[in-house]
Amino acid sequence: MKKAENEKIIMDVRNAAPERIPKPLVSYKANKKGTVLKKNLVPGSIVILLAGRYAGSRAVFLKQLDSGLLLVTGPHKVNGVPLRRVNQRYVIGTSTTIDVSKVDLSNISEEWFKHSETVLPALAETQKTLDATLLAEIKKVDSMKAYMKAKFSLKKGDRPHDMVF
Amino acid sequence: MATPRLFVKGTVLGYKRTRTIQRPSSTLLQLEGVNVKEDTGFYLGKRVCYVYKVGRESRCIWGRITRAHGNSGVVRARFQHNLPPQSFGATVRVHLFPSSI
Repeated sequence: MKKAENEKIIMDVRNAAPERIPKPLVSYKANKKGTVLKKNLVPGSIVILLAGRYAGSRAVFLKQLDSGLLLVTGPHKVNGVPLRRVNQRYVIGTSTTIDVSKVDLSNISEEWFKHSETVLPALAETQKTLDATLLAEIKKVDSMKAYMKAKFSLKKGDRPHDMVF
Repeated sequence: MATPRLFVKGTVLGYKRTRTIQRPSSTLLQLEGVNVKEDTGFYLGKRVCYVYKVGRESRCIWGRITRAHGNSGVVRARFQHNLPPQSFGATVRVHLFPSSI
């Protein structure tokens, strides 16, 4: 597609009048559509974190940020996973979901997560209110809190290729 | 629970080879619980880590599973650096990322 577009631009430029206006070639690098979310991920899905400090923990997927990364949280009160960005490829999306329609994510900015050294007061504040809302939703379902607290681990005889998440 | 295990254990069988010539750029791995070619699809592209110790320090060589090998669930992998021959028979960790589920 891009090769054809570029060939057309080259031919236009060659065949144009002396006062030709150069057009920039289509870049092969730019991914203008953005990261496509995996089909089974929906805001509210419980995901299993596969790598990093919180590997094995289950977290609630809140929304996809502009950079394509997922915004997740434990909630922090339940299993210690804070508001965090994670790449969707380092996460297993389970079919379990929580209702997150009442959750307010409007004041969360991606800038907060770029400097992990200091926890901004705004972030701490948002974490608190978010945790409260999510905890209310978690309590509505039987065993959901225990499920969120438990960590996912492979045991002897487990075959991930046969598992249904 | 101790640290959760989020990888599948595999054994390094050796390099890709014919009877007399080895091709060290590709290694063959036997994954636990994967005995049939149809089951290998899940693992394609998954990142693999060969962990070894140097003195008291742990180091690792990362790689990826590239394709199935034969009909019985054996799999080929390419590593950032070819695996050393002392890895034959050793355990390798096949992680669950990059995940497509």
